[in-house]
Amino acid sequence: MSEQRIIPARNWGQWVIAILLIAIVGFLLAMVIMSRHITWSAIPQYLFDETILEGIKLTILFTVLSMLISIVAGGVLAMMRLSPNAIVSGFASLYIWFFRGTPLLVQIIFWFNIQLFIPSIDIGSIHFDTNSIITAFVAALLALSLNEAAYMAEIMRGGLMAVDSGQQEAAKALGYTPTQSMLRIIFPQALRVIIPPIGNQTISMLKTTSLVSVVAAQDLLTRAQNIYAKNFLIIELLIVASIWYLVMTTVASSLQYVIERRLGRSTSDAPMAWRAALRLLRAEGSNG
Amino acid sequence: MTQQPEFTTSGAMVEALDVRKSFGAHEVLKGINLTIRKGEVVCLLGPSGSGKSTFLRCINHLERMSGGRILVDGHLIGYNERHGLLYEMSGKELARQRQDIGMVFQRFNLFAHHDVLTNISQAPMLIRGQSREQAFSRARELLKLVDLEGREDAYPYQLSGGQQQRVAIARALAMNPKLMLFDEPTSALDPELVGEVLAVMRKLAADGMTMLVVTHELAFAREVADRVIFMDQGVVVEEGPARQVIDAPQHERTKTFLRRMH
Repeated sequence: MSEQRIIPARNWGQWVIAILLIAIVGFLLAMVIMSRHITWSAIPQYLFDETILEGIKLTILFTVLSMLISIVAGGVLAMMRLSPNAIVSGFASLYIWFFRGTPLLVQIIFWFNIQLFIPSIDIGSIHFDTNSIITAFVAALLALSLNEAAYMAEIMRGGLMAVDSGQQEAAKALGYTPTQSMLRIIFPQALRVIIPPIGNQTISMLKTTSLVSVVAAQDLLTRAQNIYAKNFLIIELLIVASIWYLVMTTVASSLQYVIERRLGRSTSDAPMAWRAALRLLRAEGSNG
Repeated sequence: MTQQPEFTTSGAMVEALDVRKSFGAHEVLKGINLTIRKGEVVCLLGPSGSGKSTFLRCINHLERMSGGRILVDGHLIGYNERHGLLYEMSGKELARQRQDIGMVFQRFNLFAHHDVLTNISQAPMLIRGQSREQAFSRARELLKLVDLEGREDAYPYQLSGGQQQRVAIARALAMNPKLMLFDEPTSALDPELVGEVLAVMRKLAADGMTMLVVTHELAFAREVADRVIFMDQGVVVEEGPARQVIDAPQHERTKTFLRRMH
């Protein structure tokens, strides 16, 4: 019987679909490549254009700053949400409800136009023109950060709640104050749960920043738009921008992969995860 | 057989007066009165749901009482009394009181992200302000006491339940508590691991530690405890010298419970 040849089941349906896919993708590629309406030489020409590179810098700056601000604000909101005081936790719920419930695009435009109903800020004798403070950059950063903070709050709340309640009881029984228990016992263990989704949010944020182009905040997409407004090479510059977005998200994804592999996912890896997280925090701290 | 607790005597470590606790409409503790003297080892026995663990958790205010009061070493636990009213303490004040009361949990609750040495030495450094050298050398001493020399670098997940519980005992002892509370310390252990934890507790008792132990280990209670308190349905049914209560119970409910345990 052991001599018997075994022929695996052939799934003809899968083969048909595969061939169909190759045909469709090939057709689309051919259509793009053979198009006489695309100036291919413009792509390498603009790929490393100074304006474009400046835009990339700003896109990265928006991503890093808004993530840092939203992590801090989200942490505060998460703790407020878990507060026993109904008004404190109610405020956090309201914040999360509002900022998750309205489109980010609307929030960006709103912040950019805030001088329409708050023309100036007067603190005592000090007078500010709202317009001079809320530049496109500030409006964009504010909108991205405040919006992201709502999502971050939910991620952190989930992380804090994932830590076994026995850990807090043990800390209490030993005489840790609530603050000591949060900083030394609860938060470090919550990090293991919090870090992977923060990675996802960061990657997503790299692309989300393109929305700030509506207020001309000089990110990558704004710059590409500015260039094609003059030379009408719309598709070419969108391809340039897309290439750069793909590069950034690919690099971020591989970073995330490395971090998550170090973090591990099982409880048995908890201490290793903690050390990896610490390393990460130190590295982040020295960059920022 | 029940003796009236003597209040404000200098020899008392724990004094409980009419301690009550309700969860919603369900009354778990219906007025507990008891005294534990300094250096005494008391075992709290009773069927599950009798309120033993809840009472134990009231002693360091992990559980908020519904009525009555508890004094540890003469200090009212969990509240400040002003103008005849009880004001619940802040988190910081509670933390200060709990420093002197060690607690061992059924499910160990070792800090999962810390190795054994950090588990034992963090609180003495952070809370008592001990130096690293001081805290580490004391931790090593305690590891020797609980028979886990050389396991400083292990993480909780690398240890058996019995080993984790012995580290948990060492962690509590590192704060030099004047009272140790044990909440069913062997109930979550495989039978073959129970002995090693009881052996450590026996050592502690012999060293004169004041201990209140909620347990189902009758043999341990009979051998180690000075006194046994039997609770059922939120009241103290019977208390007295260990051998007397276990070998010759007076009360019908105690007799029924002990018959089922043997």
